[in-house]
Amino acid sequence: MLRKSFIRRPEHYGKDISACGVIGFIHHDKKRVDGSVIRKSMANMHDRGNGLGGGFAAYGIYPEMADKYALHIMYDTKDDAPEVEKYLESKLDIYKVEPISIFEVPAIPSYPYFKRYFVLPPKDRFPPISDNDYMVNVVMHINVNIEHAFVVSSGKNMGVFKGVGFPEDIADFFRLDEYDGYIWTGHNRFPTNTPGWWGGAHPFALLDWSIVHNGEISSYGTNRRYLEMFGYQCTLQTDTEVVAYLMDLLVRRHELSFEHAAAVFAPPFWKDIDQMPDAQKNFYTKLRMIYSAAALNGPFAFLMGYSEGLIGLNDRVKLRPLVVATHDKTTYMASEEAAIREICPEVDRLWAPRAGRPIIAKMNEEPVSLSVE
Amino acid sequence: MSKTIDAKGVYYAQLNEQVRELIRKGEKDINIVNVNGQRYIGGGVEAQDVKIRIQGVTGEDLGAFMEGPTIEVMNNAQDGVGNTMNDGTIIIRGLAGDVVGYGMRGGKIFIRDDVGYRVGIHMKGFKDKQPVLVVGGCAGDFFGEYQAGGCLILLGLTKSRKKSVVGDYCGTGMHGGVMYIRGDFNENFLGKEVNHFELTQEDTDRLKPILDEFACTFGITEDILDYDRYRKIIPVSTRPYGSLYAY
Repeated sequence: MLRKSFIRRPEHYGKDISACGVIGFIHHDKKRVDGSVIRKSMANMHDRGNGLGGGFAAYGIYPEMADKYALHIMYDTKDDAPEVEKYLESKLDIYKVEPISIFEVPAIPSYPYFKRYFVLPPKDRFPPISDNDYMVNVVMHINVNIEHAFVVSSGKNMGVFKGVGFPEDIADFFRLDEYDGYIWTGHNRFPTNTPGWWGGAHPFALLDWSIVHNGEISSYGTNRRYLEMFGYQCTLQTDTEVVAYLMDLLVRRHELSFEHAAAVFAPPFWKDIDQMPDAQKNFYTKLRMIYSAAALNGPFAFLMGYSEGLIGLNDRVKLRPLVVATHDKTTYMASEEAAIREICPEVDRLWAPRAGRPIIAKMNEEPVSLSVE
Repeated sequence: MSKTIDAKGVYYAQLNEQVRELIRKGEKDINIVNVNGQRYIGGGVEAQDVKIRIQGVTGEDLGAFMEGPTIEVMNNAQDGVGNTMNDGTIIIRGLAGDVVGYGMRGGKIFIRDDVGYRVGIHMKGFKDKQPVLVVGGCAGDFFGEYQAGGCLILLGLTKSRKKSVVGDYCGTGMHGGVMYIRGDFNENFLGKEVNHFELTQEDTDRLKPILDEFACTFGITEDILDYDRYRKIIPVSTRPYGSLYAY
């Protein structure tokens, strides 16, 4: 039997230059909407991609299992599942296992096999590390050591759905209209430097972090080697992967604020640091020096989702587009205004954020406002 | 009699073909309604007295390579308005995104509100072919970067929330043309190839008809002929990198 591998991991060093499209929105009042909304928005930006990658992240979709980690795992074939499941059973308490239901669409003639596991780390584990650290180790183990499988997402009450195809087709394929979420992000991929393969589609996710990105992380090699020192292994061969792990390292483990993490990713220029008051100058000088290997070089506009919010960030000279809009209890961020208007024709406010300044939209707060700059 | 095209759900290629077909048939006055993100509207169209009026947000590269028509957008415009346009007029009754007037060679662009980054970069002019780009609001970084000709005007009418009406790296690499900026800006943001000067009689004579037309177009009541608030920005060397490889 001819075996087609979806879990392809190109051996060469790869990076990704792209003209992708991103969209994300957060309902600050935790109102949940189904995936047909973001599908409609992504369809408006159809031409930003070329059919070689589409994907979505959704938060709030598993309320009945909200306290369990939801592992979305992609397998080459159904037969590849037992090896991973044996490993999962040895490492985790498993509460529920089910296939991720799909709907065959003509545009996606062949596809891998998807399964979903609701799990928790066992209580009597050793060493006694945190649940999140334990889960990161499990994800890394599967992605590094098991050839025909990888973990698509691993957060609580969230999930990532992605693959090779236009985002509209991917949304239909995963039946996203059957999921209700309060934060959604979407991505339309236009890969140029690495193959369009199922694992290389966006979003990239770890724990409840998920990122969709338009641009290129030219510092991928530096960032990747830096992350390896902290136990993160990059296996998906697309530059964006490093940002998901860097966010986990900086914000969850090193407890930096989002503002400071943004200043690590898009550091202020030295000439601007020279103009700052002494205390600020001292702080940003140290931040740049300590985290020089975590700075992201190259053009980017990315949206980072997590269970309590949505963050948008541009590179420090704004080489990729990003617009923000608010309406009622919702904040939208997208590559193009039209993608927002497609699902929210009348907005309260709309503006383009400044380069290198994060837009931080948090749950249970008011929609973001245009900050005084 | 004008012709109206409903663009709702119409793919950009078909929409632009419909517009071209109407122009080929001699239509002078075209309305397009329900536009939402369709690209290249008016792109490459050569026609002297055609007017295209658009309801909705236009997509990338509105009026790119255009030669002659007048496009009026009643809403916002996305990135790349008037990319390399040769002649004609574009009026945006809202804000516009990045790289407005990129490599513009002639014609006129009026934007009522703010614009994004890299606006007017690589704008050029030759003899009597001098493009004019006027922005009513504020601009992001790299305004007029590598400007080689034409006239860039920034009015800063939305300045209330910003310290500087223009962003960093303004006029970096500029070596031709002229820029007029109204209102406060951070002098450290200017490129090292340019300097700023008071307006002369020649400048105000040149500005007056443009500003009158801009104010009339958008019904601006604020006095924008307050020339003491303007600074002229021009290159102080025509060959800023002339000695780069000489020594």
